[in-house]
Amino acid sequence: MSHYEAPIREPLVLGDKSYHDITEDIAKPIEGTANKNWHIAFYISLAAMLWGFGCIFYTVGTGIGVWGLNKNIGWAWDITNFVWWVGIGHAGTLISAVLLLFRQKWRMAINRSAEAMTIFAVFQAGLFPIIHMGRPWNGYWVLPLPNQFGSLWVNFNSPLLWDVFAISTYLSVSLVFWWTGLLPDFAMIRDRAVKPFQKKIYALLSFGWSGRAKDWQRFEEVSLVLAGLATPLVLSVHTIVSMDFATSINPGWHSTIFPPYFVAGAIFSGFAMVQTLLGIMRKVTNLEDYITRMHIEYMNIVIILTGGIVAVAYATEFFIAWYTGSPYENYTYLSVGAATGPYAWAFWSLIIFNIITPQLLWFKKIRRSFIWTFIISIAINIGMWFERFDIIAIVLSKGHLPSTWWRFEPTFVDVGIFVGTIGFFFVLFLLYARTFPVIAQAEVKTILKSSGEFYKKRRNQGIPTKPAINVAGESDKSNKE
Amino acid sequence: MESSKVIHAFYNDDEVLVDAVKAVKAEHLHIEEVFCPFPVHGLDKAMGLAPTRLAITAFLYGVTGLSFAIWMTNYMMIQDWPQDIGGKPNFSWFTNMPAFVPIMFELTVFFAAHLMVITFYMRSRLWPFKGAENPDPRTTDDHFLMEIPVHNNEAEITALLSKTGAVEINVVDKH
Repeated sequence: MSHYEAPIREPLVLGDKSYHDITEDIAKPIEGTANKNWHIAFYISLAAMLWGFGCIFYTVGTGIGVWGLNKNIGWAWDITNFVWWVGIGHAGTLISAVLLLFRQKWRMAINRSAEAMTIFAVFQAGLFPIIHMGRPWNGYWVLPLPNQFGSLWVNFNSPLLWDVFAISTYLSVSLVFWWTGLLPDFAMIRDRAVKPFQKKIYALLSFGWSGRAKDWQRFEEVSLVLAGLATPLVLSVHTIVSMDFATSINPGWHSTIFPPYFVAGAIFSGFAMVQTLLGIMRKVTNLEDYITRMHIEYMNIVIILTGGIVAVAYATEFFIAWYTGSPYENYTYLSVGAATGPYAWAFWSLIIFNIITPQLLWFKKIRRSFIWTFIISIAINIGMWFERFDIIAIVLSKGHLPSTWWRFEPTFVDVGIFVGTIGFFFVLFLLYARTFPVIAQAEVKTILKSSGEFYKKRRNQGIPTKPAINVAGESDKSNKE
Repeated sequence: MESSKVIHAFYNDDEVLVDAVKAVKAEHLHIEEVFCPFPVHGLDKAMGLAPTRLAITAFLYGVTGLSFAIWMTNYMMIQDWPQDIGGKPNFSWFTNMPAFVPIMFELTVFFAAHLMVITFYMRSRLWPFKGAENPDPRTTDDHFLMEIPVHNNEAEITALLSKTGAVEINVVDKH
């Protein structure tokens, strides 16, 4: 029970916190009222979301022709956005599952929000293939259901169908993982709620969690097994997304390094989005003692690592495209042709935002700076969007025949739906930040004694974490046995 | 009756609680339940709880999912309606199998994860509209509650518990 941790490690919970203080701090944003900034952000997001919904209705009502697609570029913004959003989702699972398996305590302050981000991002991602069907009411055709079309089954050889299975498994498993972790925290809100309506809602959400020793034992086992299942799952999801491209025979797509490179890119972009969100959230919810500079730095280190993998993948793709000497390869998204052609702006956006900007994080000062982290995270979000856009639009813009060379020009509907999903994402996240415990408080309480600033200091002074027992009516013998 | 009486001892520290549980166990007293605001490591061992078998169920559910995926891909792609898709072999499941690996993997995870969580919810009696059963709201905040049934030994237990550092000891009639 000594919870040993090397004194050299920085504390994960700042200040003289007790268990009750953690409860208070995490319940406060839920029990208080929203401030003006929250309202401004919410209504802007809501407006963007409604605009996006309008564009979706227009698309479905009129047809996919309202997008900027043409006979050569059969998917562009929609699949770009799809891959971008799925990629963003990956950080949440990485934080909650992979870091759990590695016993990284710093995940506890950020896993809840990162998982929320995952779920909300996968919602947005899922919208795009469904809209792109053109007839979303026939969406159930992707499911292997007995039917009246001569019992024509779905094609299990197709990576697009693998995607259906991967994304739906990922979304649903992430959701139950998240919700199971939320039960004790909802119970905490329930037990201290004073308004009867609020109490009822949180009682419903907490599924009657009571915190028995047996429940906790099962809870920990379930978390561990879910983490073990979610880790290969999250790797499989972006692997399968990359196979949408890699199993085709287009130059630029038909590439065996796509799966690991897509997974690294997904984690790269996902951590950038976590940084963007948490940089703001820690301020507006006054949770600076829990989401500390060190959390930001650790995430930046992951960004450098995965950004490095992505950069090496780009270099490999570029080199191989040149080394083949094939003129077709000179039209791929990482080639001299792309760097100097009509999409040079997209190519250089990718290089500047995705490769050059993140290198700033090698400097410790920048890595530990909130404002720099925020700026760089935005740059990476943009860069990763361009990566997917380049892979899709540049590669498709030049086919094997010059007569098929065509460029993609987005219409206002393409842009509107994308902006709409960003709005929808922030609407969900802002509502979440007001109603859900944004930090897994039960988990943070377990690391308070090992990693809290107060207890670390005491331990350095040789004071045990276990308080002395004061027995009423008897002279205290302190720390028996 | 006497037997429905229980003692609720409150603690406000996890390490003190585990020592108290050990002390109570050493006196061969039965601990009915311990309610905690967060998982306390070593508590289940101190209480003598059997290890949970949920991980084993997850494995079995995973095997079920894998079998289901094999059956489904074989039935749909090989038996019921074989199609020529890019020249992939459609006459035997095994030769077509590499294309089904992603489906087999996803369904294994899907079954294992969901059925394990459902099993957990059922075993721990957690579902929407289920009422909470922790006797005191403080047990989800910063207090730990040990529940010990009383059999005409109220004074004895109370004395023992107060020595272990309980911050509050209540004798309550259950039901």
